[in-house]
Amino acid sequence: MNIVTISVFDLSICAILVLLLAGLSFQLRLGVGKSILIAAARTVIQLMLIGLVLNAVFADAHGGWIALIALIMLLVAGREVMMRQHRRFKGLWGFGLGSLSMFVSTFSVTILVLVAVIGEDPWYSPQYAIPLLGMMFGNTMNGVALGMDRLTQMTWQNRLIVEARLMLGQNWREAASDIYRESIRAGLIPIINAMAVAGVVSLPGMMMGQILAGVSPMIAVNYQIIIMFMIAAGTGFGTIVAVTIGMRRLFDERERLRLDRVILAAK
Amino acid sequence: MLRAIADLDPHHGKVFLDDVECNDMRPGLWRRNIGLLPAESQWWHETVGEHFTNADTGLLNALGFNEDALGYQVVRLSSGERQRLALLRLLCNQPRTLLLDEPTASLDPENTIRVERLVKDYRSSSLASVIWVSHDPKQIERVSNRHLRMVKGKLVAQPIS
Repeated sequence: MNIVTISVFDLSICAILVLLLAGLSFQLRLGVGKSILIAAARTVIQLMLIGLVLNAVFADAHGGWIALIALIMLLVAGREVMMRQHRRFKGLWGFGLGSLSMFVSTFSVTILVLVAVIGEDPWYSPQYAIPLLGMMFGNTMNGVALGMDRLTQMTWQNRLIVEARLMLGQNWREAASDIYRESIRAGLIPIINAMAVAGVVSLPGMMMGQILAGVSPMIAVNYQIIIMFMIAAGTGFGTIVAVTIGMRRLFDERERLRLDRVILAAK
Repeated sequence: MLRAIADLDPHHGKVFLDDVECNDMRPGLWRRNIGLLPAESQWWHETVGEHFTNADTGLLNALGFNEDALGYQVVRLSSGERQRLALLRLLCNQPRTLLLDEPTASLDPENTIRVERLVKDYRSSSLASVIWVSHDPKQIERVSNRHLRMVKGKLVAQPIS
């Protein structure tokens, strides 16, 4: 099958659409015209840069380069998780907890799939490793951020109840059991919903991308199923790790509720 | 200070229950033995009974409830009823000391007397010690055999009349 390559002229046609939208925004005084232009420019620049990087990495499939890209993805995702917390852990914990849980879940699931399912030689072949890692981080990040945000928020709101349960002699697990379950559920709901409507309401972008690039739909579908399951497992395990360690961190060695370990993020 | 004794706030100094220091006992066991009743009671299940592990009907009667109270919806209780039921919930743990933070603040005179009598009975039957925080001089006279007053952050002994 032939792949239609896209020229600068083709890109310009689509760029004109965005310019028209920005123009209309200025006309209607929506206040977002400038944001549209800046965001569009960022899209072009960032994607061009990552295209160049991927081109270089694909040409020289050195493990070190892939590890470096994976590390940058992890650090950026870890920062993003922290920034999304309304109440975040103080000090290194704020950044470390989210990054650690994403590191554990994303890398273990991705490496398992690369070795056991894809089976390319070498196993870290960038054509597979980089897109898989990217999709994993993007989704695990959401789950971990939602779970941790719910954890600190709910504990704050229910602090009197948690302490009342401690006063009656319950241990920290019992005293916070409802919050724990609710936080993990919050992290998992997006991926459960995504799996439930996949192919019916939403056509996943990766699968569509492969089909546009000329891959037979059945192959694309199989890839998409693998991706969905990877994301579900990665998000689930990552959220459980983050919420479990975070919950423990909210109590000290004498099982006192220690909300002084959490601070309100500045607006 | 009551929170520090119940080991809910980090604190200096040592607290002993009989001969056992606070840090030598499991936190949950320590708090069950100490029995702190906060000024405002907290409820997290829908019905009253779900908060009790081993409800004692004798205690329920002593505070003017019958067994139906265990099936009540928590949201429909008055703050006074909640406060009395919270005391019952605490006593069902058989604590060896009681730390009561204004336990009768939201109660009418009749129920105040009931609570005072119940705590007195519990004290004599289980040989528990009670620390009772109160702003009512008459109540202090009725329930205490030692009276300490908080003055500028220090406890000062007061005469018992």
